Amino acid sequence: MVLSRILEVADLKVEFRTYRGVVKALNGVSFNVDKGEVFGLAGETGSGKSVTGLAIQRLLPGNAVIVEGRIVFDGRDLLSLKEDEMNKIRGKEITAVFQDPHTYLNPVFTMREQFRDILLTNDREIASIKDKREIEKAVHDRIIQMLTEVQMPAPERVIKMYPHELSGGMKQRMMLAMAFSLRPKLIIADEPTTALDVTIQAQVLELMKSLQKKYGTSVILITHDLGVIAETCSRIGVMYAGRIVETGTVDSVYSEPLHPYTQGLMRALPRADKDLKVESIGGSVPDLVDLPTGCPFHPRCSRAMEICRKINPRTLNIDGRIVECHLYDGETSRGRVA
Amino acid sequence: MKLYEYAARRMALLVFVLLGVTLLTFILSRVLLDPLAAYVTEKTNPNAIPAIKRMHGFDRPPWEQYFFYLRDLFTLDLGWSKVGHMSIVDAIATYFPATAELTIVAIIITLLVGIPLGVVSALKNNQLADHASRVFSLIGISIPVFWLGLSLQYFFTYWIKMAYGLPALPSTGRYDPVLAINTGFKKITGFIMLDSLIQGNLIMAGDALAHLILPAITLAFLNIGVITRLTRSSMLEVLRQDYVTMAKAYGLPQRLVIYKYALKNALIPVVSATGLMFGGLLGGAIMTESIFAFPGMGWLSYRAIVYNDSNTVLAYVVVASIIYVVVNLVVDIVYAWLDPRIKY
Ligand SMILES: Nc1ncnc2c1ncn2[C@@H]1O[C@H](COP(=O)(O)OP(=O)(O)OP(=O)(O)O)[C@@H](O)[C@H]1O
Ligand SMILES: [Mg+2]
Repeated sequence: MVLSRILEVADLKVEFRTYRGVVKALNGVSFNVDKGEVFGLAGETGSGKSVTGLAIQRLLPGNAVIVEGRIVFDGRDLLSLKEDEMNKIRGKEITAVFQDPHTYLNPVFTMREQFRDILLTNDREIASIKDKREIEKAVHDRIIQMLTEVQMPAPERVIKMYPHELSGGMKQRMMLAMAFSLRPKLIIADEPTTALDVTIQAQVLELMKSLQKKYGTSVILITHDLGVIAETCSRIGVMYAGRIVETGTVDSVYSEPLHPYTQGLMRALPRADKDLKVESIGGSVPDLVDLPTGCPFHPRCSRAMEICRKINPRTLNIDGRIVECHLYDGETSRGRVA
Repeated sequence: MKLYEYAARRMALLVFVLLGVTLLTFILSRVLLDPLAAYVTEKTNPNAIPAIKRMHGFDRPPWEQYFFYLRDLFTLDLGWSKVGHMSIVDAIATYFPATAELTIVAIIITLLVGIPLGVVSALKNNQLADHASRVFSLIGISIPVFWLGLSLQYFFTYWIKMAYGLPALPSTGRYDPVLAINTGFKKITGFIMLDSLIQGNLIMAGDALAHLILPAITLAFLNIGVITRLTRSSMLEVLRQDYVTMAKAYGLPQRLVIYKYALKNALIPVVSATGLMFGGLLGGAIMTESIFAFPGMGWLSYRAIVYNDSNTVLAYVVVASIIYVVVNLVVDIVYAWLDPRIKY
């Protein structure tokens, strides 16, 4: 079990220092990702999905503080690494695909130039070549090979282009090619399809799934879209206000959601095709500067009890499923209500 | 479209822009002002005036005059410069290279100091280095030119010699004429640095450079602040961009992220500011050139204005406009090269 684990995030707490006060973006996030697994991270906007992804890569902006927690990646504690050691993991072992390929590709360099620097920095095989011309040839061949793998049309022409000359789908294919070209152990894909047209979304997802299978890469797939997770992931973590309130296999969570928040999401699912609109859950996400006491979801929860207003629920393990809710806590409530 | 095609098309357009410039200066000189003023004083015999008019063609219809004016421009026959005591063309050939040399050195100093200072400021945002550079920039921007010029002269030509016996920097002129004669220096292009290097005359090149240092620092000092602040804010903006996060997410080394991926983006606004600065300076910095008795366009035009030498003033306007238009073209081409998103 432990051997097959690639990532373990435990009790991660992240705060942003802002003029408005301390934004408590993550309030104890815990989850694991197994080798070769696609783990889906779902939740409304502002629930902390992107912050979780950036924290794992240690790419949080300067006003962020990791208050507490542990991130163990492939046996190493990432938070205790020196910056230059961490930088060796980025690109080589962990890569990323981002939401908006338009803003994440550098507008003033050609695709070739950007891809080339990524390969020159990270690829061991290419780094071991001595001859300059052979390096260029190896770089070129690898780029073309990867672009062919992501079914990029006319790769030889595309590499000479600048990002603005590519369509959204082409740019996202480019990012996938970059992410997989380094054969990383983990890819963090933050809303990789949200900015794309629905038809292209499906193609890009399909492509990501097949590459992931082929290379046995572990993926954290961050998305609003529960449909995307259902199609792509083996397990899901549902985030709310900086905590993962429920974790389990996609099958079990979709067929029998435990947490009232997850239940609300699932009820909203048939009507929500693209955006996650939690129509059956009234109210809105809490202010992270001034979190309510007790369970952060209680103001919106139709099944809230007295205790929910006072005490934060513990993390419970119910038949291999993890949930944070007093409803299932025999000690704090009157017992299992399901 | 390829970059060179764009450049070629812009150069073709330049012809029309320059025609527009000549038309404007023509209207300014022949229609709005009395062109006769340059050739007539209160002592001129009134009876001779019609002859003078005829001689210069001022009695012809305006469109014909414009045609002759264009012909004169093309044949470089621009008349006499009273303050230069030579033909206008000779005056420009003498004074413009001085200004050009001064401008180039000043811009080089500005960029060499301003850009790194701006980058450091951005990287050390709100730390000591940033505050220091902010104070330095503000001093540069707010210091009066004459005060700075005179202070530099005092310290570097008088004080260091008096107090420490160190060799002084020259504070006036472009070069030492005695040295020029002794080393057998000959003018070719009028660019002293260039001419002395062509002749392998390193002594003269050094002397010309020494003469450039103080006025160039004076000019640069005013502009360093502008470039520093602009580079800083532009760099801070760029460092927040998603593509910087992307570059970091792929483990690219810090220097690559900053000096390649971020800097090329951050320099785009700096290029246009530098272009404007360059165009402005090439017209001649009147104050600086006067303080350092530096025989450039600023010095010439200042005297032309004071002594009512309208011929020289007009020639100056034409030259300054041409320079401005050409510099703008170069800026646009560099811009297009830096930023491929520019549609052309
Ligand atoms: N640089 C920052 N400064 C201050 N607060 C921040 C910063 N970045 C993120 N936050 C806050 O952290 C919280 C979580 O943000 P995050 O981007 O992780 O949400 P998300 O779940 O990815 O949402 P979305 O679905 O919109 O991408 C938000 O409330 C956000 O306002
Ligand atoms: Mg996000």
